[in-house]
Amino acid sequence: MKNKTSSLPQEGEACPSRCPDNSAFKQQKLPAWKPQLNIATVLSIFFLTGAFCLAVGISLVLSANSVREVQIDYSDQCSDCSKLRENSSNWYKECHCSINFMLKDDMLGDVFMYYGLQNFYQNHRRYMISRSNEQLLGQNVNIGNSYCAPFATYANGTPMAPCGAIANSMFNDTIDLYYIRNSSVIQVPLLKTGNSWWTDKNVKFRNPISYNLSSAFAGTARPPNWQKPVYLLDEEDERNSGYINDDFIIWMRVSAFATFRNLYRRVRRVRQFADGLPAGNYTFHISYSI
Amino acid sequence: MADPIRWARYRWQRLISTEGREVSSSSNSSNKCYQSPKAIGKHRIVIPCLGHFKEEYEKVSKLYMNNRIRTTKYTLLNFLPRNLFEQFHRVANLYFLFLVVLNWVPLVEAFQKEITMLPLVVVLTIIAVKDGLEDYSKYKMDKQINNLLTKVYSRKEKKYIDKFWKNVNVGDFIRLSRNEIIPADMVLLYSSDLDGICYIETASLDGETNLKQRQVVRGYSEQVSEIDPEKFSSRIECESPNNDLSRFRGFVEHSNKDRVGLSKENLLLRGCTVRNTEAVVGIVVYAGHETKAMLNNSGPHYKRSKLERKVNTDILWCVLLLILMCLTGAIGHGIWLSRYSEVPFFNIPEPDGKSIPPALAGFNMFWTMIILLQVFIPVSLYVSIEIVKLGQIYLIQNDVDFYHEKTNSTIQCRALNIAEDLGQIQYIFSDKTGTLTENKMVFRRCSIAGQEYCHEENAKRLESYKEMDSEDEDSADVQCGSSTHMSKWQGHNCRVMNEPLNRRSLHHLSGSYPALGGEDGAGDVPHSGHVAFSSPIETDVVPDTQLLQKFNQISSHSYEQSEAASSKLSLETMYITDFFLALAICNTVVVSVPNQPRQKMRPSSLSRMPIKSLEEIRQMFQRLSVRRLSSSPLPSIKESPSESPNSFVSKLSVFRMKLASPALDEAAQRAAEPHSTEHPEGCQVPPEADTVNVAADSEHSIAASPGELSTVPKLCYEAESPDEAALVHAARAYKCVLQSRTPDHVTVDFAGLGSLTFQLLHTLPFDSVRKRMSVVVRHPVSNKVVVYTKGADSVMMDLLRTASEGANNSELEEKKIKETTQKHLDDYARRGLRTLCIAKKVMSDDEYREWLNHHFLAETSIDNREKLLLESAIRLETELTLLGATGIEDRLQEGVPDTIQALRKAGIKIWMLTGDKRETAVNIAYACKLLEPDDRIFTLTSQSRDACGLVMRKILEGIQKNTSARKKPSQKIRNVSANPSTQAPGFSAGLVIDGRTLELVLHDSLQNIFLELTEKCRAVVCCQATPLQKSVLVRLVRNKLKAMTLAVGDGANDVSMIQVADTGVGISGQEGMQAVMASDFAISQFRHLRKLLLVHGHWCYTRLTNMVLYFFYKNVAYVNLLFWYQFFCGFSGTSMTDYWILILFNVLFTSVPPIIYGVLDKDVSAEILMQLPQLYMRRQKSVAYLPSAFWMTLLDAFYQSLVCFFVPYFTYCGSDIDIYSFGNPINTAALFTVLFHLLIECKSVTWIHTVVIVGSILLYFVFTLAFGATCKTHNPPSYWIMEKQITDPVFYLVCLLTTCVALLPRYLLRVLQGTLFPSLVLRAKHLDRLSPEEQRAALKRCKDDCIGNCRVEFQTTSASSSSATGAISEEEIIASVLPTSGAPFQACSRDGLGEATSFLPDIQDESGNTNDLNSEKTLFLNSLN
Repeated sequence: MKNKTSSLPQEGEACPSRCPDNSAFKQQKLPAWKPQLNIATVLSIFFLTGAFCLAVGISLVLSANSVREVQIDYSDQCSDCSKLRENSSNWYKECHCSINFMLKDDMLGDVFMYYGLQNFYQNHRRYMISRSNEQLLGQNVNIGNSYCAPFATYANGTPMAPCGAIANSMFNDTIDLYYIRNSSVIQVPLLKTGNSWWTDKNVKFRNPISYNLSSAFAGTARPPNWQKPVYLLDEEDERNSGYINDDFIIWMRVSAFATFRNLYRRVRRVRQFADGLPAGNYTFHISYSI
Repeated sequence: MADPIRWARYRWQRLISTEGREVSSSSNSSNKCYQSPKAIGKHRIVIPCLGHFKEEYEKVSKLYMNNRIRTTKYTLLNFLPRNLFEQFHRVANLYFLFLVVLNWVPLVEAFQKEITMLPLVVVLTIIAVKDGLEDYSKYKMDKQINNLLTKVYSRKEKKYIDKFWKNVNVGDFIRLSRNEIIPADMVLLYSSDLDGICYIETASLDGETNLKQRQVVRGYSEQVSEIDPEKFSSRIECESPNNDLSRFRGFVEHSNKDRVGLSKENLLLRGCTVRNTEAVVGIVVYAGHETKAMLNNSGPHYKRSKLERKVNTDILWCVLLLILMCLTGAIGHGIWLSRYSEVPFFNIPEPDGKSIPPALAGFNMFWTMIILLQVFIPVSLYVSIEIVKLGQIYLIQNDVDFYHEKTNSTIQCRALNIAEDLGQIQYIFSDKTGTLTENKMVFRRCSIAGQEYCHEENAKRLESYKEMDSEDEDSADVQCGSSTHMSKWQGHNCRVMNEPLNRRSLHHLSGSYPALGGEDGAGDVPHSGHVAFSSPIETDVVPDTQLLQKFNQISSHSYEQSEAASSKLSLETMYITDFFLALAICNTVVVSVPNQPRQKMRPSSLSRMPIKSLEEIRQMFQRLSVRRLSSSPLPSIKESPSESPNSFVSKLSVFRMKLASPALDEAAQRAAEPHSTEHPEGCQVPPEADTVNVAADSEHSIAASPGELSTVPKLCYEAESPDEAALVHAARAYKCVLQSRTPDHVTVDFAGLGSLTFQLLHTLPFDSVRKRMSVVVRHPVSNKVVVYTKGADSVMMDLLRTASEGANNSELEEKKIKETTQKHLDDYARRGLRTLCIAKKVMSDDEYREWLNHHFLAETSIDNREKLLLESAIRLETELTLLGATGIEDRLQEGVPDTIQALRKAGIKIWMLTGDKRETAVNIAYACKLLEPDDRIFTLTSQSRDACGLVMRKILEGIQKNTSARKKPSQKIRNVSANPSTQAPGFSAGLVIDGRTLELVLHDSLQNIFLELTEKCRAVVCCQATPLQKSVLVRLVRNKLKAMTLAVGDGANDVSMIQVADTGVGISGQEGMQAVMASDFAISQFRHLRKLLLVHGHWCYTRLTNMVLYFFYKNVAYVNLLFWYQFFCGFSGTSMTDYWILILFNVLFTSVPPIIYGVLDKDVSAEILMQLPQLYMRRQKSVAYLPSAFWMTLLDAFYQSLVCFFVPYFTYCGSDIDIYSFGNPINTAALFTVLFHLLIECKSVTWIHTVVIVGSILLYFVFTLAFGATCKTHNPPSYWIMEKQITDPVFYLVCLLTTCVALLPRYLLRVLQGTLFPSLVLRAKHLDRLSPEEQRAALKRCKDDCIGNCRVEFQTTSASSSSATGAISEEEIIASVLPTSGAPFQACSRDGLGEATSFLPDIQDESGNTNDLNSEKTLFLNSLN
């Protein structure tokens, strides 16, 4: 054996190429961590993980309990309007309905108002893709090529703005909240803006550039289910109108499930609502869209 | 025997190469006018492309291919279409193409149209790049070859001009110089060698580095000047192109209609190298792709591994599951739709405003689902498997343990896709010679004229070699390994031995060195191969003192004085002389001088040596012999001259030979020089001073002292088979030195007689049918035609002259000799020696002439040449006189017994298939531990099918009786060892079967019972098996037992077996490269098989199965996430993840870790695997990849996908989460789960694993962040999702919780497996962690455990062996069957005609041997008692 080692370099000279490298990688002798599952390590890992999960869980439960939620289903209470709407020929008719409810305790902190829909499959594949992101970016595109069909153009060729099924089916109930204190009705101030993601509002949704909003949307028509054109979505605030309307942006962010809620308004914390909603009687005034 | 295979291969190649067929058929049609109608369709005509043949030439030759070659598959133009076309032959690719097309149908599209193409494009691109690169390297190679230059005769310039290879055409004359490569197959017309010989090296063709001789076509060799192409007016007719390297048939038709036969001896093959010949001229007959070398180049072969086949079935299962899931989706969608009385908002009507009915929508949804869930079928799996296999092969090739220093060779993996099959081998079929043994033949014993010479001194020498370190052998190899080393060494050697020489020669010698060295350096390429023949073990034979004594008497004066010695002695002397002459002559050894390699030791002027001197000698000899005859008391000796060599000894000093012409061979001269100076008493010194005179008297003293052996000039013998070399070396030890060999003459330097030059009339080469070879020479002394034959004793004994009635003294003597020699032969065989019989025959000139006429006819025929030649040879080889026999030892290779034991412990059954005799085979089997002394050996030797079946049934019954009696203990063993093997427990037997019986057994009716029997035996030895039988056996086991087979061999006779087996392993040994070329893996030593199988086989198999399972798991787990979501989106085919991320998840984020895992994972270390072969056992039954493992994996995948989906679902359910914000944590959690799952499965985690996994995670986040920031207009929108979520603690909590819960069961399972029921592999893995000492102790315990089990088995065996002693009655049964069944047997086997009678003695012999060997127990179980 001793001789072999001495003769090896000689061999190496004669044949530099054939003999494989004696490197750890090529000889598969890389140092390796070989995880060994024995009782001690496994149990300690188990307990550690368990303890961590327990701690996180407890804190989550506690924080969840502090959230107060009032849920009011108004489809039954406004059944008249629903019935009216069931006949699609009456879509243009206005319909109003009011729902009273009472808050037993104060709702402190930020108060959010959501609307929820049940059994509305916004996540249906073809519904979901029925939109034109280019159009919503304010670009002048031929939406005929997009996935918007059949809500892309009217028969006479006028493009819809915004196009697509999502936009067309936008939730358009107007909900107002009134606080009834000592038989006086005070409208709760609600914030229309700031409800959507900042990036959506400022990057993803853009109005076409023009000297004013209505001219920007010239040559387009509202979707068939809409009562008013897109540039009139918020008649009070032009910065919240057109494609960058918060309600519209939120609606366009399709929900994951058939039963979902979307943020509608936030309570503006001024005057008596500075700490949130005080306990008392309230009324929702819902106007089925114009 | 291999002809059918060859034929089939040839047919196949012709079929696929349509081009070739077109050419040949069209050329034939145009040739009609020259051909006899019979020959059409088989021949081609070659006409020189010169003036007087112009029209004919153009007519004929334009249809032949020119010498341009193109081995590439593609051109620039057709690469894309053709590559795509080839790739779409794969079903998986077609499937994905189908998906892509499907996605273009608007009704069912699920993704954006481009996205579905992504995986397919990635896969196709990877493969196309790989193919393209391969093809490009081929193209470069082709270009290089096509643009090589060669000298072609040009008519215009009337001389040879340089032309590119690609411009060479059939019919061109080519002139080559030494060391040039032959550009096309050509017929040799001129050689500068005066004998008309051209030496070529065929290494590039078959790897054999010894020189082959090629001869100038008869009729042209006489020309002194170079052939003038202008004057060549003959036409060559030969076979159409074929791939048979060992055959070339045709003839040259001169203008006067004379025909001269052509054989492969006249053909120079493309790719070979001209050596030792200054210049040759030939005419091209086959060019380019029609050359034999190109036709043989069938490219790499494709084998499909067992695992891959199983993977395919599992993929089918996946398809089934996929269809099931899609059906669920389709039906669900239909039901969901039908629940709505009117069309809801979210169900968008068709563009025409109508909406489709639920049933149709469901149908469309089915296809949408298939697109959506396509990842279920892992497209990347195939690509990954290929990459992993490449990685595994790379690691195997780089294993330093496979490096063999002596031959400077390491393992070659020639098949890239069956590495994991190495881990499942159940049967090994091994060749013996060269595979188990070194194929280094060592002369051990001989028997001459019935007298045995056991060469004890030589045996002692060999012992000392064995004990010695390998250093000596190494240095010897180095010495022969490279020419420069060697010349140095040799020079040194020469100097030492030349010391006592006279000044003149010494001066001459030293003066010649520098020139020599320079020439070496500049000239030949060093040849590293083919060194084995020169190791001192083989070359140095120490003569037997007794024989040497007798031998010396031949040459000594003292013997001459006692001329009137007894006839017995002189007869014996005659025998001895002839015996050694036969050893030296009867072969095809090429002689060369080692210190100038490839320069043969050649008295080139010999052929032109004036016949006068021979004549002179003859006359003198006759004069002597007359005297000798008159004084001889034995008148029956007719071949008197050669039988009484002693009488002319003293006069032989006048025998003169010219050794080398001064112009040519300096080396020869140099080599001869010391020789001459040793014998300073040389009589006649010719003026050139380069003639050698051999004096008889001085030789004596040298030969008598073995210590001076080295003074014999160092000649290098290059033999086609090592046996031949061993015999020539043996003869040399007795001073019967083969000096040179040319096609016409053989010169032997015979101790007492000086140089004898035999006129070589014919060489009938060895073939496996005749099992013998012969040379026909004209004896220089007696001037008679003498045939020397050597061959296997089984055939030779029948060819001997039989004693007629009224035999006289000498014939009786011969008979006695025959009997004693047979005894010796049997003894040799029992000692494991290879035996050869040497015989001779003296022919009268008339007899010879008569035979010659027949033989000439046979030689010139084209169609039946082989058959006729065979018949001719058989006609010649009759009535032989037995001279003696030799026993050659073939030493076991290093580490063979250990390897075999380890492989057997690993549960692999080893069969030895050899062409050797039974006794030899059985002995080697014992020596290499294939058979154990405790084994029961069943020997199958039957003459008829019925008898054979009967015997096998008896043996089986016996075995069954035995095993049923021992059921209980065996079951216990099974529980303890937990390694149920197929062989009957508590019983170990071996089966020995010979070739003839094998022929019977392989018949359909007996196959099953034979296999049943072999399953019960742990080792099977098949002796005297032909190559075809070997391959049939392998195929039988492979097909009928559905077992994984591995065939290992080193020679051409193993090629068919290697090709048939699942895994073919070639040993790059002594017998050329054919086996290596045909093999999947080529190793240099049999012992390397141990690591190859036990370590690399284990690893490759484990890694690949785990990786494949992991791939299935990964895809199923991931795709199911989408499936679960369908329940919440009305089965509308929505995915909650962005399509890009969805597709890239498989292609990018999780593709590298499994590949690394598949290449690098190491469950048990190599050391432990080597020491515990038992670990291999589980693999054979593909335990790691059972259906249950597959389904368990799928189940786990389903569970994990459920967790990954529903934990986020319950988290976000009812919130205002949007769809992609919901999908993002799911996707991220799935990524973590999938990657950490891999970590759990990994047995060893190196830094590479860590880097890759961390890299994958980082890549995922980087990509999603980048994508989320840029995809503003992407539809559906997943803008800013990751950015938003990454700031949300809920996201992290969800991911953490999901990953933990998902991995819990797998982790738990592994924990429980590791602690409660550790498998053998796991326990072995634990060993790895121990310190070396602990490890050693644990291993010992482990081994004891196993040995304990084995011991129980052996005990039961030995108990049973005593009970079965019915051998004799069994023999009676066979004997009684024998006479009746002679006829069917003859139909089965054609070479067993003469053997029918020897059957019974065989058996008795076998049982008689048991005592003295004490190891071989022959038992014939008998059901009668």
